[in-house]
Amino acid sequence: MTALPFLLLIAAVMAGYVINRMAAGAIRDRGDRLHSLIGYHGMFSALLILVPVLTFILLWLVLQGPVIDRMVMGGLPDGALDDLDSGATQLVLAEIKSLANGRVFGTPEDWKIAAGERFVQLSNQAAWLLAIAVAVLAVGLLAFARSRVAAEFRARQGVEGIVSGLMIFCSTVAIFTTIGIIVSLTYETIRFLEAVPLTDFLFGTNWEPQIPLREDQVAAEGAFGWLPVIVGTIVITIVALLVAVPIGLFSAIYLNEFAPRRLRSAVKPVLEILAGVPTVVYGFFAILVVAPAIRSFGQSIGIDVAPNTALAAGGVMGIMLIPFISSFADDALSAVPRALRDGALGLGSTRGEMMTTVLFPAALPGIVGGVLLAVSRAIGETMIVVMAAGLIAKMTFNPLDSVTTVTVQIVTLLIGDTSFDNPKTLAAFALGMMLFIVTLIINIFALRIVRKYREAYD
Amino acid sequence: MNDMSTIERGAKLSETKVSARGVNVHYGDTHAIKDVNVDISNNNVTAFIGPSGCGKSTFLRCLNRMNDTIDICRVDGAIQLDGQDIYDKRVDPVQLRARVGMVFQKPNPFPKSIYDNVAYGPKIHGLAKSKSDMDDIVERALRRGAIWDEVKDRLHSTGTGLSGGQQQRLCIARAVATEPEVLLMDEPCSALDPIATAQVEELIDELRENFTVVIVTHSMQQAARVSQKTAFFHLGELVEFGETGQIFTKPEDPRTESYITGRIG
Ligand SMILES: Nc1ncnc2c1ncn2[C@@H]1O[C@H](COP(=O)(O)OP(=O)(O)O)[C@@H](O)[C@H]1O
Ligand SMILES: [Mg+2]
Repeated sequence: MTALPFLLLIAAVMAGYVINRMAAGAIRDRGDRLHSLIGYHGMFSALLILVPVLTFILLWLVLQGPVIDRMVMGGLPDGALDDLDSGATQLVLAEIKSLANGRVFGTPEDWKIAAGERFVQLSNQAAWLLAIAVAVLAVGLLAFARSRVAAEFRARQGVEGIVSGLMIFCSTVAIFTTIGIIVSLTYETIRFLEAVPLTDFLFGTNWEPQIPLREDQVAAEGAFGWLPVIVGTIVITIVALLVAVPIGLFSAIYLNEFAPRRLRSAVKPVLEILAGVPTVVYGFFAILVVAPAIRSFGQSIGIDVAPNTALAAGGVMGIMLIPFISSFADDALSAVPRALRDGALGLGSTRGEMMTTVLFPAALPGIVGGVLLAVSRAIGETMIVVMAAGLIAKMTFNPLDSVTTVTVQIVTLLIGDTSFDNPKTLAAFALGMMLFIVTLIINIFALRIVRKYREAYD
Repeated sequence: MNDMSTIERGAKLSETKVSARGVNVHYGDTHAIKDVNVDISNNNVTAFIGPSGCGKSTFLRCLNRMNDTIDICRVDGAIQLDGQDIYDKRVDPVQLRARVGMVFQKPNPFPKSIYDNVAYGPKIHGLAKSKSDMDDIVERALRRGAIWDEVKDRLHSTGTGLSGGQQQRLCIARAVATEPEVLLMDEPCSALDPIATAQVEELIDELRENFTVVIVTHSMQQAARVSQKTAFFHLGELVEFGETGQIFTKPEDPRTESYITGRIG
């Protein structure tokens, strides 16, 4: 049933293409000079039908559900919903819907059964209505498009106009999504700040978000200072970068400039496989292999090491980031023109001197870009730290201690028995907002550095 | 120029700086240079001419072992610089390239300041003892490159911001700054306009005084204008080698004649 409008649409699009193409062909065969090729006349009709009708169908399908819900609920007998709060009303609606789907629990009241039938009836009517509307719309557009066919009609410009409109739409989708994310984050953050003062959040050094969810629960008062959490993120990120940047960079330099071609063609695919390992698997690796190894090594030299060290989580995250950095650096180095290498070698520099004095500076923007992306990923990485880092926020820079990160806290705050009007849950959004701001600042900052120090070749 | 130095130059003319014997070059299965013998004399400009793809650049790049940087390239035969085999195992190609400088077809200044471009070679070879020493080297090289007056007020702006002709003269200055004995130039004017070309040609003539210059060119007029000796390559073979005047007026080989009169492209 839901497929019918789409089938109608496809048929109309194909018909539009064929009809206009043939009409244009007929004009051409009469001996008139067409402005546009006949294919463009066909495409014009097809796009003219496709875009509005598809938009119409999608809008209809989005709006249909809520409208039918309202009509069903509005048609209930007087008094049925009296004394019910919004949650209970939702439950009634859900029950009506499951009746409509033929699932009966217990013995529902008669008015509920009637409402269920009404729901089914309205849904069927809506589907037919949609099909009819689509058919009418498509035929109208088909006729309109056909009426435009003429020797001097600029079908090519028409097609190009529609296609560029589509491209503009696609390129703005990301922007509007980002704006949507920012707006919703901001909204929830403001609600959080109504419960917790901004200064407590920004400068507090205590993070204990366990506050009572219900009146009867016994729990601590709750503290929402984000500093220990962000410090944990920073420690883990630094550890990850200390692993990833040197290894990734040196492997890129070696593969790009010094490695024999056969080694290069063997190592590059392996690095790419490394990039495809799911982060959950890295998480396993961190808790099952790296963390115990660090702990037993620490014990053997007499240092007390926590079971969930920042070192283990950060180190494994660093391994995850190696292919990231090395592939960016490799691309940037390969993009430096051969002429510059020849120039340096021709002056009698060694490959190493050429690398440090010419290639590396010229490739720097690309390399820094890769490192930056790695930083953003390290800060935002969730699965490895959820598995391998700690849960308790501790204000420490010691990588052998257990720390927690912003992402881990967001996850734990949102898991389980949550309701969206207490500070515990809202704190997750505030943390998300801060994460967003921090990454943004890092990116802006780094872009400036790159622009200032790059050695641009062209 | 006083008489003494003219006499000295006359004496040097006969000296052989670079000599190649039985040189063959292969790129994989392509036989790019076939059994070439040539003697390049000191303080002369030697021109390599010939249709494109005949192996001029390939042979030029043998003289400073730049072909080593191409994986599939194989060079056989003997090439001697001042009587020493440059393909000998004991010769470090890096040091060789400091003695045999190179200027490329397309100007390729580093994306650094003009000063740093010229100072690059002296720096990596440790030629300057102090900052003022380096300043002198840079100024001398830029003067020799006939570009000093144009850039002396903006030594610290980037070299890639210059015009094409200025960039090429900067590259020549950069090569000269390392004090090489031989200067190889691979079609140094092909990317330049006529005025810049005239400037570079004039410069090449001056460089002859201190360096042995080998220049690849596709322009026969240029070869005739700047060189004392000319070698004509065809399909990887050295067809004819001799005094420039003689090659252009009474060539011995019919192929040389056809090329010069424009029958071989
Ligand atoms: N890097 C290379 N790899 C493979 N073949 C090459 C390479 N460089 C040059 N050749 C081949 O060697 C021959 C001579 O080229 P080249 O020396 O560049 O000629 P010229 O400079 O006289 O135009 C040509 O056939 C060319 O295809
Ligand atoms: Mg060439």
